[in-house]
Amino acid sequence: MTKSPVQFTLNGTETGVFVNGGANLLDVIRREAGDLAPKLGCAQGGCGACTVMIDGETHLACLTLAETVEGKRVETATSLANGPQLHPLQKAFVEGFAAQCGFCTPGMLMAAKALLDANPSPTREQVTEAIAGNICRCTGYEPIINAILTAAAELRGRISA
Amino acid sequence: MSSIEFRKDLFADERDDDLNEIGKPTIRQDIIGHVTGRTRFYDDYLFDGLLHMRCVRSPHHHARIRSVDFSAAERMPGVRRIIRPQDVPHNINTLLSLINFGRDDEQLLSTDKVSYMGEPILAIVAETERQARDAVHAVRVDWEELPHVLDVEEALIPDAPVVNPEYPNNTFDYHALYDHQKLRFGDVEAAIEKADFVVEGEYQMSPIEQAPVETCGAIAAPEQNGRFVCHTSTQALFFSLGTTAKQLDMPSSRLHFIGGTVGGGFGGKVDSHHEPLAVLGAVLTGSPVKYTWDRTEEMRVGAPRGAERWRLRDGVMRDGRIVAREFTGFFDSGAYTRLSSYAIIKGSGHLPGPYTIPNVASNVYCVYTNRTPATAMRGFGITGVDFAIECHMDKVAETVGMNPIELRILNAYRDGDMKAHRRLAKNTALIECCQVAAQKAGVPLSAEASAAKSSEGGGIGERADIPETITDDMGRIGDRRQREIPTEPFGGATNRGRVPAGTRGEAVVAAEVQDPEMQIDPTRIGHSVSQAAGTAAPVEPPRPVQPTPPPIPTPQPLTPPPAPVPAAPQPTRPQSAFADPTEASPAQSTPYRPDKPFQRGVKRPGVSSFISGTRRR
Amino acid sequence: MTVHKGRGFACINYPIGMNLGGDPSQALVHATPDGKFMVTLSAIDLGQGMKSVTRQIAAEALGVPIADVYVDTADSDTGPHDMGSFASRGTHRMGNAVIRAATEARRAMLDAAADELEVNASDLETDGHGNIQVKGAPSRAITIEDTAIAAQFKQGRTLSGRGIFLIPPSEADPNTGEMSPVTCFAHAALVVDLEVDDETGEVTVIEINSAYEVGRALNEKLVEQQLIGGAWMGISHALYETTEPYYPDRSHAPGDFVEYLQPSPGDVATHNIAVLERPAEDAPYGGKGPGEMCANPVLPAVANAIYDAVGVRCDRLPITPEKILRGIQNNGGAQPKGAL
Repeated sequence: MTKSPVQFTLNGTETGVFVNGGANLLDVIRREAGDLAPKLGCAQGGCGACTVMIDGETHLACLTLAETVEGKRVETATSLANGPQLHPLQKAFVEGFAAQCGFCTPGMLMAAKALLDANPSPTREQVTEAIAGNICRCTGYEPIINAILTAAAELRGRISA
Repeated sequence: MSSIEFRKDLFADERDDDLNEIGKPTIRQDIIGHVTGRTRFYDDYLFDGLLHMRCVRSPHHHARIRSVDFSAAERMPGVRRIIRPQDVPHNINTLLSLINFGRDDEQLLSTDKVSYMGEPILAIVAETERQARDAVHAVRVDWEELPHVLDVEEALIPDAPVVNPEYPNNTFDYHALYDHQKLRFGDVEAAIEKADFVVEGEYQMSPIEQAPVETCGAIAAPEQNGRFVCHTSTQALFFSLGTTAKQLDMPSSRLHFIGGTVGGGFGGKVDSHHEPLAVLGAVLTGSPVKYTWDRTEEMRVGAPRGAERWRLRDGVMRDGRIVAREFTGFFDSGAYTRLSSYAIIKGSGHLPGPYTIPNVASNVYCVYTNRTPATAMRGFGITGVDFAIECHMDKVAETVGMNPIELRILNAYRDGDMKAHRRLAKNTALIECCQVAAQKAGVPLSAEASAAKSSEGGGIGERADIPETITDDMGRIGDRRQREIPTEPFGGATNRGRVPAGTRGEAVVAAEVQDPEMQIDPTRIGHSVSQAAGTAAPVEPPRPVQPTPPPIPTPQPLTPPPAPVPAAPQPTRPQSAFADPTEASPAQSTPYRPDKPFQRGVKRPGVSSFISGTRRR
Repeated sequence: MTVHKGRGFACINYPIGMNLGGDPSQALVHATPDGKFMVTLSAIDLGQGMKSVTRQIAAEALGVPIADVYVDTADSDTGPHDMGSFASRGTHRMGNAVIRAATEARRAMLDAAADELEVNASDLETDGHGNIQVKGAPSRAITIEDTAIAAQFKQGRTLSGRGIFLIPPSEADPNTGEMSPVTCFAHAALVVDLEVDDETGEVTVIEINSAYEVGRALNEKLVEQQLIGGAWMGISHALYETTEPYYPDRSHAPGDFVEYLQPSPGDVATHNIAVLERPAEDAPYGGKGPGEMCANPVLPAVANAIYDAVGVRCDRLPITPEKILRGIQNNGGAQPKGAL
């Protein structure tokens, strides 16, 4: 099986890997690039645990061919914190007890990040819509929705400050 | 938006609220890892040269395996090892053999026949998951389809297909005696005859998938010094380790299991099937091996919360008092035992729900059908029957024309009441929960219902007594294979016995601390305890057996078999407990009596000498 | 088309930690050289918060700040035996084992401090902020850090503890079902308000008002997590979930999250919770595990509310729109009850 080179930016770092034809982005991020934040929950596009941002838009890494990210900007939950400083979304998830097992959290955070990047003042309905593709079996979603709204408010406060 | 309040005003006198750390909303120890993506689940341990395992599975509900041809699969690219049933050193197990409950009835990889759709018969290890999948598809199996049974009550018909050869009645054997777990407290039939109303209902819970977002799996790898490391999603580390040691016939000291951080479980990660196969793969290939379910397997092959069917029959008085409650329950265990038989005991101890009812009887069956074996899930053994009980309570309320909440408060158990499993209720709080929920929802309650308290009115008179109890010996193992037997308690029973009023054994409580240095100062635990010893549960004082008329000699209840050989020390029953009514009078019929004590959890060499349905012939 | 409002009630109790088979959990606690404490377990955290609740229990029993305790689980080489996380046994069994281990370590710690302060260990207490002081004379004190250093480097002692909690095996009686299944029960009651569309059979849960009695909320937020998430799962079980929609027929089995239905983030119902705390004698600080029982009352309460709304008794789970519509059809139309 021949491998082809793929170069992309992963969380701000230039990354180059050789991938098998048909390799999915999730495997490449986790196994080749060693970023374990995105999770494999179903490999069917049904759970959202592998949600990443590609050039600012959410994608399901498990359904994305690795070769298609050539030259693109890929971000996972690893990109959120600024060094030891948690992103307001992460902080809101921590303080709002918005995770239990934590398996859906990295994907959930990326879905939320993409929403807040595009819409700093989302309504509750817009938040539920944004995470509708991410399954959480533990929390009943409400703490997650609340945390995203809290983070949005904090981010708006920072901007206005 | 939801809300939460802590009603510190309730039970305030039983609680000390000035503890230092307990009660505080401290952030989770693991949360920073969760939000930064640094938490490591079992699949977040990377191994060079990781191999992938997939299983060949049955496409049929029930089929004999005539032959398996994996010659083409073996030659496929990347395939490193075909694992056959004969590669499994000890290819038979039941999960609870680790606590000596039940007989080994399930193979890791099945040899002669399959009893559910998805049952694994072969495992293939390949360099990539894709290659393993392709190789699975290349295996040719010659199946002989067999008649199957999917409904629990059809499975009880005498000529129903035998699902699980270890239990040819299609029922788990309880106590080496019966095909169901009994609960008998008082005289249900007599009470129902005197009741103003009889309320009946049937309730059904279909199978439910635990659906954790992380599927079940394990990665095993050769470690240094001849050991094997296994990263696993198990909910029970030592269950999985012990099962692996047993099935691989390997000293547990050669196994190093790492887990503890699991992406949701809800009961679906206790079955310990991945760990033995993954470790076996690592043993046979000398490489790291991952065995994980894909989502479809998780949903179809992974054991769900099993279906339950419950029938309830209540005797109710015009004023709303429930005087008798009878249950017939069927747990659909699927093809193998796993944990259903155990959950039934838990469920039987739970009956008749949080109510004080003076006459209770139940028969609960663990039934084998040709479907995915069932296992634990959140509320296991209780969720299904609580659904039945609480739907039924509303039917009772409607029958007598009462407010459903007031009906429950009227019948609620209180401190000091005798429960049907013959232990006194304590620390009850059902009434207060009913009152607070009603208050929050704005449901007005009568003055009487509003004034009721869990700590008052219980344990008085017959509420605290164990009534004379009617027993029967229906449903002895093997009976059902020969003739049809009603499933409900006492259904046409002719052999009846009586257990004198007041008869009870001793409550089992926590073992004492091994060293007094481990006993926390009772003033530092934040609530009162009834003995200076501290956290150990109080021993209920043995109640004197009330003077009762001598047991009625006829008809003759069964004689229990010799005590099973316990693997662990058994609590001794005081002689007042369960004063065996049969000892008072010689057997009149010939009771069933196995000729050897039955050691649970042990597969005898060769054919089982204790196969249900055949032993009695 | 009419949308009918319905209200349903249910209440339950739940056995905490089944012990028929014998059910031990072990814990080890030891101090680092500077007086922080490691708790070593084989318990499993599947999201319920095992690591967090045992950490709080250990800190409380040791008498040290929570920041000075870390829980390590589960490595079979270092963590002693535990049966596992199921049957609501984790907090009850492991919590008690941790109390015992922490108590033994605390005794060693107070003994070491007593030598340093030249007083009797029985005269000492912890202040919860990292100091050990003489009761009634807080100025005579030593830090736990200094105590640990002295114990290890001067006195040659370990500040460590072992704990096990076991409720020995017991069997159910074959004839009467007499047994000692558990030692305490949690309780819950709730009222569900919902709407049923009599044209589509769809159910929308609007609000839940509940009371949960949990012995003691060992961490208020962890309890809230369980109750909110558990009630969500209860709604899901009542209305959506099954692997066999036409049980016992095995057809139409879902194979992914598109076919396996659950309430989405947009279907979240308002849930107003009251937590009651009646400590159980043998539970750690009185706390009963809330994780399993929280879903149970929701299923029947939803069924009862649907009957209240349209007069259809749905005795078979899950209560799909199809079952409701067939019931309405059989009854010749919706028959609202308004019992509550």
